[in-house]
Amino acid sequence: MKCHKCPKVATMHITEIVSKDNVQECHFCEECAQKYLQEEVLEKETIEVDLGPSIVKMVENLAGATSAVCETCAMQFADFRNSGRLGCPHDYTVFHDELLPYLENIHGETKHCGKFPTRYGTNKNIQKEIDLLRKQLQSVIQKEKYEEAAGIRDKIRLLENQ
Amino acid sequence: MNFEALSKSSGEWLKGSGIESDIVISSRIRLARNLAGFPFPNRASNFQKAEIENLLKDRIQTLEFEQKFEYVSLTALNTLDRQFLVERQLISRELAANDGPRGVALGNLESLSLMVNEEDHLRLQVMRSGFSLESAWETINKLDDYLEKKVSYAFHEEFGYLTACPTNVGTGMRASVMLHLPALDFTKQIDKVFRALQRINLTHRGLYGEGSRFSGHFFQISNQVTLGKSETAILNEIYSVIPQIIDYERQARVAWKKDNGQILQDRISRAFGTLSSATMMTSDETMELLSYVRLGIHMKMIEDVDINTVNELFIQTQPAHLQKLMGSTLDGEERNTARAKFLRSKLRSSGSTPN
Repeated sequence: MKCHKCPKVATMHITEIVSKDNVQECHFCEECAQKYLQEEVLEKETIEVDLGPSIVKMVENLAGATSAVCETCAMQFADFRNSGRLGCPHDYTVFHDELLPYLENIHGETKHCGKFPTRYGTNKNIQKEIDLLRKQLQSVIQKEKYEEAAGIRDKIRLLENQ
Repeated sequence: MNFEALSKSSGEWLKGSGIESDIVISSRIRLARNLAGFPFPNRASNFQKAEIENLLKDRIQTLEFEQKFEYVSLTALNTLDRQFLVERQLISRELAANDGPRGVALGNLESLSLMVNEEDHLRLQVMRSGFSLESAWETINKLDDYLEKKVSYAFHEEFGYLTACPTNVGTGMRASVMLHLPALDFTKQIDKVFRALQRINLTHRGLYGEGSRFSGHFFQISNQVTLGKSETAILNEIYSVIPQIIDYERQARVAWKKDNGQILQDRISRAFGTLSSATMMTSDETMELLSYVRLGIHMKMIEDVDINTVNELFIQTQPAHLQKLMGSTLDGEERNTARAKFLRSKLRSSGSTPN
């Protein structure tokens, strides 16, 4: 995603709630985001009397502080913060924990549940199904549906023994 | 590849056929894929990019798929030819502007294109005229399966298909539907639609994708989220919302005609009049006026103008297409003159407005 104000990559995502039905999303690079926020502060100071508490701002500054370096592509997490691009597939493993809040912010989710490459192996698919069943198990237990829970537990055992 | 021959047709996406084609111009799905064991293009050396290109080119050309592919290396093309492919939506502006070894494999039906070394190693794209994401998905999913047998994709159990930008990770899928919404745009109701879309994680873009301007009242609606939802779930979300937008546009057209019929008629007639008699024409003005003529045809407010001619003109009047058709490179002013002449010759032979 590109910055709304310049051609750089957007790394700051700001949700501005103007009113109940008017939510605006702004995507900026770090530099433009700073400018935008400063302008807003100035503006807010002068017009706050008029608008009062209707302006609610959520700023997600997704700072990640790690000194880890990817052994495959020599990428540091700071490089990603500047460019918005990762260097190689292995980065997703190296910066796994740092990436989670970014993914949560962009997608609202952190776990893939679409297509798997067919060659990826059936055992991986089974693992995925087990994960899903475990989640279901949690939810039915919470709802105190114990009969259903027992059924799901049996399914999990069956899959685990494959 | 013979671009001159291509320039005479409108290509798949502006064919103007298919389901709901008076409002839905085209449906498109793209999948972002990367090869395991290589850095993403932004961090790859030219040597590595050449290696990736050779590998993918070989695998794509030997693919036993329903369509055969022809590989075009971007480094071998001049600026005009690159622009030509961008206008036809066969490559992205990013691929045209990047440097280093890169290219595109084009299917023989012009509805499939596989970009190599764009932001990701491989971007598969399928295009359909009208509203048909389902058939687009069927084709691209199959093509993806075929390719996957020949190359090793970068895939992570938790994050799915790995991409250079985390906004594409997971399914790597961007599905978009291009709509022609002149009535909603003119009556300023379009912003309301966009706000509603944003709430359900759908986004809107101009004719040529991210960062492009809105022109000719064309809008692309696409999914923003690629992680945590299955491909089918994402497609269903788009599927459920497009008929509503089509409905709003139809209602807005009816209301517009009822409340301001004379003004609308005048606008359409003037658009046609200008297109068929002006002697200089910019591409922006052409898009705007063709949009009104297109609307006029679908609302039966203009007669004897062939919708296919108008659909073709949208693409043939773009700068690179125009130069291909004229057979020479033209500067801005020469283009405007040539464009006006081309429009006159295409439109004068037909068209009248009912009294």
